[in-house]
Amino acid sequence: MESLKAEGVKNAFGIPGGANLPMYDAVVDADFRHVQTRHEQAAGHAAEGYARASGNVGVAFSTSGPGATNLITAIADAMLDSTPTVFITGQVKSELIGTDGFQEADILGATLPFVKHSFQVTDARQIPEYVHEAFHVASTGRPGPVLLDIPSDFFRADIEYEPRTEPVELPGYKPSTEGNIKQIRIAAKALANARRPIFYTGGGVINGNASEELRELAASDQFPVTSTLMGLGGFPASSDHFLGMLGMHGTYTANMAMDRADLIVAIGARFDDRITGKLDEFAPHAKIIHIDIDPAEISKNVGAHIPIVGDVKQVLPKLTREYRALQTDSGRMEAWWTQIRAWKQEHPLFYEPSTDGEIKPQSMVETLCKVTNGEAIVAADVGQHQMWAAQYYGFDRPRRWINSGGLGTMGFGLPAAIGAKVACPDELVTCISGDGSLIMNVQELATCVTEKVPVKIFLMNNGYMGMVRQWQQLFWDRRYSGVELGSSPDWVKLAEAFGATGLRVEDEADLEDTMRAAVETDGPVLVDVRVTQEENVYPMIAPGNAAREMVEAPGLVR
Amino acid sequence: MEAGTPDLVKLEDLRVPGQLSGRKHILAILVENKPGVLARVAGLFSRRGFNIDTLAVGPTDDPSVSRITLTLDGAVHPIDQVTKQLHKLVNVLKIRDMEPEETVAREMALFKVSAAVENRAEIIQFADIFRAKIVDVARRTMTIEVTGSADKIEAFERMIRPHGLVEMVRTGEIAIARGHE
Repeated sequence: MESLKAEGVKNAFGIPGGANLPMYDAVVDADFRHVQTRHEQAAGHAAEGYARASGNVGVAFSTSGPGATNLITAIADAMLDSTPTVFITGQVKSELIGTDGFQEADILGATLPFVKHSFQVTDARQIPEYVHEAFHVASTGRPGPVLLDIPSDFFRADIEYEPRTEPVELPGYKPSTEGNIKQIRIAAKALANARRPIFYTGGGVINGNASEELRELAASDQFPVTSTLMGLGGFPASSDHFLGMLGMHGTYTANMAMDRADLIVAIGARFDDRITGKLDEFAPHAKIIHIDIDPAEISKNVGAHIPIVGDVKQVLPKLTREYRALQTDSGRMEAWWTQIRAWKQEHPLFYEPSTDGEIKPQSMVETLCKVTNGEAIVAADVGQHQMWAAQYYGFDRPRRWINSGGLGTMGFGLPAAIGAKVACPDELVTCISGDGSLIMNVQELATCVTEKVPVKIFLMNNGYMGMVRQWQQLFWDRRYSGVELGSSPDWVKLAEAFGATGLRVEDEADLEDTMRAAVETDGPVLVDVRVTQEENVYPMIAPGNAAREMVEAPGLVR
Repeated sequence: MEAGTPDLVKLEDLRVPGQLSGRKHILAILVENKPGVLARVAGLFSRRGFNIDTLAVGPTDDPSVSRITLTLDGAVHPIDQVTKQLHKLVNVLKIRDMEPEETVAREMALFKVSAAVENRAEIIQFADIFRAKIVDVARRTMTIEVTGSADKIEAFERMIRPHGLVEMVRTGEIAIARGHE
């Protein structure tokens, strides 16, 4: 506990059990806040939400066996989205390890593929050192989850405690952060020669706290910027230079700009399949500058012509300086911008507006943006609502948009919102969810109520697991299988049963007022928004297709 | 393309270096001698779909460090990506992609062959040619120890197999860089 304090831990999420009882005894006197969730998976996602909203390491506790295995989804989620987190699991007594003791699970073995690093304590005296190293590894380089598995007898051991504050020396762990200056110079010169450049920015900009540095670089010239799902908010959505999100449900403009670009500057992004579509036909005309702190991302999926390994926060100012020193003429990009503006004009995000008072899911997100002045922290679950939130909310600042991008974990949203609210108690924290996702961790409404975490949940209720339904409609000949959710539960009653406020809105005319009421009501609120049932997310690049084969919303007037 | 050239970098001159080398690679990986490290390395190979041809693990002159020597096919796997993924493991200290020209690589194999009395002379002759040693003789079998490159061991196997190979065991290659002049 002292070790955690020495790392500056102010909040942790978790559930006690047999193997971590001694630690929970210490929680009673600890001077940090412990939020008791109702399921360990939720504790893990809350730790992620906390980390993503604050930039600090999120911490979750569980007991051994099932407590620990319940954390696995959150650990894998944190791995794929590079979220700095430390998971501390209790383990059976050291003498019982390997005997299939009660509530024994080899959590270290089970999580090996999903952790940045992990430790199992074999001597109580290792605890201060391992805790210190765990926080260091989780938060530096490319951030990620670190697991610390502690047998219960070591929690109890009295050890001579000295807080570890000295810099961590791990001989096999030395992230390079500065970026090779020669490479940066070459990159600046290539950029100065590009006629159709584009910045493709990702979660690394958020994790690296480099949005200001990105704005500076983009402002050095007329550079268009697109962002991945994970990078939203890293560059202001309201900027003229922003082309919107790219990828499977990205804008026409962003995807076509990638397709036609002569130079792509990838900044803290990893060329995921949801971005590239068919790899062989990805960005056929482009040379690639790839800036990433993780050398293994460079040329993993798409070969980099100019690799730069480093922390974007350190590399971008150098690139800006080198580029400005070249004093190039931005006139070379005029034709490019004419093209981009034409795409924006002719191929905007589009949906058929409602005519009969039905609430369109897209308009639900737009209304939420309006009601919250675009300034709320939005935690999303996974599915159609997530894509519409990403498309229509318009994030202007980093750490406002919290979602499960890499693993795509349904059930992430509510606990992540709890974590974000604990991290930022003075901010408005909302959760946009779907009826398929929300129910996967709905027990956390109890946490919201008893721990007094007033998040506002906006449920996009269409009676389906909408994204899967959309795929079945488009690719499986509308043979719906396992996607209908019916009308259960009654969400308003469910919210009330938990002691939260439940509201329902079915008519577009009442949407804005109900949303305002939700925001202004004290305590946790769940708004059941009944939206169009069979609406599809567009544009869409079908899996395995190239960007230029993107399908736009039906009814878009050219 | 020089880093310091005053002119702009021409985009059409930019190239991505080739990913596949097309030859066998021997990686010498120094790791911390801690529990579970081999599981981390082996797990990485299996989940990334990298195929290990041979693997040998043992202590080094430093008791806190172990050495994993593994061989894999550079025609199938981008070695650069393999080493970068390995480097992400915190317990991995150093990786060396051994240069074939500057490396001494050895593997040991034990062959148990059926050896009727009338064939023994021929088997011993093969063993001599390959500088192999007879390490065990029984009524019906002989056991031969061969040390050398993987090619040599495979050649010996081809020679001895017609005599009736009862059992064979190989260690996987270990390798060390040649000393410099």
